[in-house]
Amino acid sequence: MLNAVELANGNGHASSEATEPRIVGFFCTWCTYLAADLAGTSRIKYSPNVRVVRVMCSGRIDPQFVLDAFARGADGVLIGGCHPGDCHYQQGNYNCLRRSRLLARVLRQLGIEEERFRVEWISAAEGDRVRAVVDDMVEKLRKLGPLHPSQPDPFPILGQERRLQEVTA
Amino acid sequence: MTLERPKIAFYWCASCGGCEEAVVDLAEEILDVVAVVDIVFWPVALDFKRHDVEQMPDASIAATFLNGAIRTSEQEEMARLLRRKSKLLIAFGSCSHTGGIPGLANFFPRDSILQQVYVDAPTTENPDPILPTENYRDGGRNLSLPHFSERVRALDQVVDVDYYVPGCPPLPKMITRAVAILVNGQLPEKGSVLAPDRALCSECPRKDSKPEKIALKQFRRPQEILIDETQCLLAQGLLCLGPATRAGCEAACVKGNMPCTGCCGAPERVRDQGAKALSTIAGLIDSEDEMEIERILATIPDPAGTFYRYSLPASLMQAKRGI
Repeated sequence: MLNAVELANGNGHASSEATEPRIVGFFCTWCTYLAADLAGTSRIKYSPNVRVVRVMCSGRIDPQFVLDAFARGADGVLIGGCHPGDCHYQQGNYNCLRRSRLLARVLRQLGIEEERFRVEWISAAEGDRVRAVVDDMVEKLRKLGPLHPSQPDPFPILGQERRLQEVTA
Repeated sequence: MTLERPKIAFYWCASCGGCEEAVVDLAEEILDVVAVVDIVFWPVALDFKRHDVEQMPDASIAATFLNGAIRTSEQEEMARLLRRKSKLLIAFGSCSHTGGIPGLANFFPRDSILQQVYVDAPTTENPDPILPTENYRDGGRNLSLPHFSERVRALDQVVDVDYYVPGCPPLPKMITRAVAILVNGQLPEKGSVLAPDRALCSECPRKDSKPEKIALKQFRRPQEILIDETQCLLAQGLLCLGPATRAGCEAACVKGNMPCTGCCGAPERVRDQGAKALSTIAGLIDSEDEMEIERILATIPDPAGTFYRYSLPASLMQAKRGI
């Protein structure tokens, strides 16, 4: 999955020049992934900013996947699952719902804007909804700009680097 | 003192002193430790200074146990110095292992911390308002303070670390086991955490009372309920992080009738303890309705602070992207 971000980045690192938002999508194989496939076969055009990772169920998406995607340079993460009640495995999308509501709060506490993490229920028949959701998310992320890491501390104090070199020498 | 005994050192950085206390808590067992090693540097107990360490040959200390996270330039210098002088550097305790309680400061920008502590706090009287400066001239004398860096870092985010002894603080048993491993020369793989690689629940005395399925309509804080001393704390609605936390402490907090707060870090395969804890806790919610789920989650007042209580600097987001 991580290659998805690295592909989108070109070199695996967040580039300061990149202005196009990079989104990692985790799509359930039974519904949203099929919807994206339908969008493709129906020649529906939508923004190419999302790199899709197919998962067996939205309930399989560990919050670590989402954090890892952000940590590796994604500007947004989109989860696509079956509508409530329609899960192929009965309960998976409810697990996803519970986790993602809590994860959304944690992300906000970590300073990540709400718009960057989105969960959508999209059935296999809703190809056009994939377009609408992706385009809308890209639009919002363009307005927000790239997810900026705060700058690592460069020890701006004169002589600090030298002192560190002395002890390390 | 014989020269053959391996030299060991203890040092502290951004920490509370509890890890030093933990060494003292070895009580008479510390005599067994002292019998096999030579303590050459331990600022809290012995009067040796930095220049004494500087004069030691490189790699002459067999092992340094360093507790505390890294916040100031002075701490970073000492970490690098001790790394250079030691064959093995051991991150000792949660702060040094994953950032610990001081790491929670990473929720706030550096300047806002100084502002709060030196200006805004209700108990602070500082009308001018004076903030600490790194260089100050006073009657021809130069006074200096270490640089207070932007972020708190775990030890391995600053220097190479050989082993980790987790815990806040590590229990005496974990310390003697770690020392035994090092003294016997049967060194585990570099980078190992010197504690069992399984979840705390596996050694919890209440594990048999954990129901097959826990379904909660509300989370509780310890002060809100009378805690049953025999039943699984998760089943009682308390945020016990045992399932996402490494074993080794023998469930010391649970034995004291308090939920695990996650100080021993995560087992090996977990990359982000907070995310794993979050996942576990969310799985206990007994609802399929979005609004009700939100209401249940609202009974967790500070999820990030709870799940990343000891591991914010080492979390995926902070370690890799500085967020």
